[in-house]
Amino acid sequence: MPQERKINMLQTDYHDNVLTAYIDGEIDHDTAARLRISIDGAAQSLKPGLLCLDFGAVRFMDSSGVGLVMGRYRQMKLIGGRLRVVNIPGHIYRIFAMSGLEGLGVLR
Amino acid sequence: MNIRNEMKLSFPSKSCNESFARAAVAAFVMNLDPTVEEISDLKTAVSEAVTNCIVHGYRRGSGTIFITAKVLEDNRVVVKIRDKGCGIEDIKQAMQPLFTTAPDEERAGLGFAVMQSFCDAVKVSSKPQKGTTVTLEKYIAV
Repeated sequence: MPQERKINMLQTDYHDNVLTAYIDGEIDHDTAARLRISIDGAAQSLKPGLLCLDFGAVRFMDSSGVGLVMGRYRQMKLIGGRLRVVNIPGHIYRIFAMSGLEGLGVLR
Repeated sequence: MNIRNEMKLSFPSKSCNESFARAAVAAFVMNLDPTVEEISDLKTAVSEAVTNCIVHGYRRGSGTIFITAKVLEDNRVVVKIRDKGCGIEDIKQAMQPLFTTAPDEERAGLGFAVMQSFCDAVKVSSKPQKGTTVTLEKYIAV
């Protein structure tokens, strides 16, 4: 029987020193707090050279998502790694464009 | 201007209600046949305003958030999001992009900038120790 799919979920994958976090669902102040704990937990234990946040399945994001990315950027700097955000849907990119994140070169 | 439709909501200032609030407002305007982008914009702006009530208005304490939404004859949606929290001392400063009083909580300081960018008009009225009302206006193209 196929597993029931949750509205909000996070899957992570780690290989070749790259930790990829696939975020699925909605990012707001409420879900960002939980995503932060899960992603930081994985990053702290694996200490990857690159943390890749895959936004391909994010259906909604408010400015809490900008805080989430900025915070992970700082976390990765602390452990000597880099951050990349990939597959950002167009309507979500609009919010990133309003932040200073474009200048950090982490958005793909 | 005549009101074609209206609704009122109140709910406790819990962060789990952020998704409820934006989905409820989106459902209310759905019969205007909005575009996907119009709904996404409105949901984002409502989410920002409700988050402000929770994080700043009530400073994560308990309180009630009130939403009224109206559809006017000219296809304008007017959404008021109100709290009875601490209020804003300096509205002009609070609305500056990247200004935040909660940097430790990874708040980007973009809430009002997003509301302004995603709505046709944003009004803020506030009294310290009394509360804050944010009024969002958005035209849904016919």
